[in-house]
Amino acid sequence: MSVETKSREKILEVVNAAIEKFGAKQEELIPILNEVNRQLGYIPTEAMEEISRRLKEPKSSLFGVASFYHMLSTKPRGRHVIQFCESAPCHVVGGREVFESLKEELGLEPNETSPDGKWTLITTSCLGVCSVGPVIVIDEDIYGNVDARKVPEILARYE
Amino acid sequence: MKMTRSMVLVSSDPISIQLGAQEVFQALQEQIKAFGLEEEISLTMVGDVGRHDALPLVIVYPEAVIYGPVTPEKVPYLVEEHLYKGRIAEELVASVRELSGRIAWLHARKGTLPAEQRIVLRRAGIIDPTSIEDYILNDGYTALGKVLTSMTPQEVIEEIKKSGLRGRGGAGFPTGTKWGFVAREKSEKKYIICNADESEPGTFKDRLILEGDPHSMIEAMAIAGYAVGADEGYIYVRGEYLLAQERLKKAIQDAREMGFLGKNIFGTDFNFEIHIHAGAGAYICGEETALIESIEGKRGQPRSRPPYPTTHGLWGKPTVVNNVETLANIPPIINNGADWYRSFGTPSSPGTKVYTVLGNVNVTGLIEVPMGITLREVIAIYAKGMKNGSNFKLAQTGGSSGSIIPASLQDTPMDFDSYTKAGVSLGSGALLICDEDTCVVDLAKVLLNFFRVESCGKCNPCRIGTQRAWEMLDKISKGQASLSDLDKLAELSENLYMLSNCGLGQTAGTPLRDILNYFRAEVEAHIRLKVCPAGVCKMEELIPLS
Repeated sequence: MSVETKSREKILEVVNAAIEKFGAKQEELIPILNEVNRQLGYIPTEAMEEISRRLKEPKSSLFGVASFYHMLSTKPRGRHVIQFCESAPCHVVGGREVFESLKEELGLEPNETSPDGKWTLITTSCLGVCSVGPVIVIDEDIYGNVDARKVPEILARYE
Repeated sequence: MKMTRSMVLVSSDPISIQLGAQEVFQALQEQIKAFGLEEEISLTMVGDVGRHDALPLVIVYPEAVIYGPVTPEKVPYLVEEHLYKGRIAEELVASVRELSGRIAWLHARKGTLPAEQRIVLRRAGIIDPTSIEDYILNDGYTALGKVLTSMTPQEVIEEIKKSGLRGRGGAGFPTGTKWGFVAREKSEKKYIICNADESEPGTFKDRLILEGDPHSMIEAMAIAGYAVGADEGYIYVRGEYLLAQERLKKAIQDAREMGFLGKNIFGTDFNFEIHIHAGAGAYICGEETALIESIEGKRGQPRSRPPYPTTHGLWGKPTVVNNVETLANIPPIINNGADWYRSFGTPSSPGTKVYTVLGNVNVTGLIEVPMGITLREVIAIYAKGMKNGSNFKLAQTGGSSGSIIPASLQDTPMDFDSYTKAGVSLGSGALLICDEDTCVVDLAKVLLNFFRVESCGKCNPCRIGTQRAWEMLDKISKGQASLSDLDKLAELSENLYMLSNCGLGQTAGTPLRDILNYFRAEVEAHIRLKVCPAGVCKMEELIPLS
């Protein structure tokens, strides 16, 4: 898989900046992990080790936290992450068809990353924009009223 | 306030922004300037206006005309026709004109539409959420001033108790009582937490309040802090709600600069600080003890209760945890009094409730109505009937922890006690309205899938139970189950309720119980006949033709 992994320097730089921003306190652990995840796309082992050292938190509990929350990933992801809402409000207004179309267009199953490292497809619970369901989120862009036929056009907007 | 001839509002919820609301706003700015109208017309980006069918919307007052969807290319025409020539730009008027909120209220005054009763949403979609001045001009921070200068903490709690306000997060616990529990604790340090981790499927009422009226949270939390003796508060916002986080940050900063937060507020010796804590994607963090764990930087796993947060909350200190909608009710109660509040809703559930109306209906969106109206009224009046004239089959309330309400209960008043008496629950305020094309097995499967994914895994009944329940529903949906599986499902639902540690597991069995209670024949058809009456489930085993 040609998913881009990050250099050690880059990782340390991001971790330092995050700890600088929030402070080296346990209560700031989730904001720090969130920030690292946003900057790097995932939380590499090196980042975890560095945060563990700086916050004086055991690596095990850090991993426990990082693996608990959906928005944090401990594995590299594609350049663009597609979140498909699989909750009931989207489901009953045509979500199923959209999901089939997404899987077909991307050739991916949930939690898979495309071989070229471009896409990662994940399913998510309700995103709180239900009145325009079905909803998909690509990176930080929200798409509402998605029709299965609109999927290829939406995907084409991303490099 | 500057007097203007017309007020132009642009919707700025996440979807509107995605669809170019910012560009529309800029185009409007340029055009208004080009026509030399900038002195006469005020232009504001407002939050979510509660309707979502033709975004981005541009609303022009005082005529209350709604235009949408508006693109930057259409702006010159709109400005020239409506703002310059004073004619309604017919080509751009949004197709469905029935609306919610202030706009509906304006129409209602003209006798054309039923009105909502807006208390918590009275400012959302009307004011500029990034402007503290706008908030102050609309009665903002008057309630805080009132409690700090003319009421004792005990009087504040009594007033809230008298109002009968009950928690809007789903459980309906009396808010005044909760505050009383924390107030009587002897502790140097106490906390107020605003639970803005809204993640019940189908619910986005809190997002609307946070995005459209962020200062109301700050004001309500400070009032709560004064009442119980806390000087610090946390807003735990759902990680996905980026716009809400941004607006809250700005609001807190502005409130601090204006002296509504910090030391010696209103010249009294009351101090209050608020921090924002963003979640990282976990439904379970809406449970108050899991939320507290998460603020402390841990896995969001619920604690065993008792002790309750009112005695042992954040960092072991007495803590009030209130939902966003609950808090939004506080300033109006203080300003207008408990008796005024009790004039809305029913005797045991006073006030209003915000519902998100979704599913197979003509108009989806957000409404705020008095407690005690019926589902039939919601569908007929606010949702403008079922889509394509289809028949109402069921409604799923309050996200996944709500109940499945069959058509036979559509005339039951929607308030905490009437629903409990009928054996169902109001939940958090989502109303997913489904027509006859919805299969109950398929729906229950989606709901249980949610629970099995979101179960935190701490206790066995929930972690294993939700998984097994989903597997059984999957079997039923494929025509591979036997009738004895239904007994197992019923037992599982009961066990989930009795044995789970927290609300998630306890309510996970509700959909199972409801479909067996109200739609047993349909479920059995999947087993006995291997047919899905709604035509949704793909039966893998077909009946052999003899």
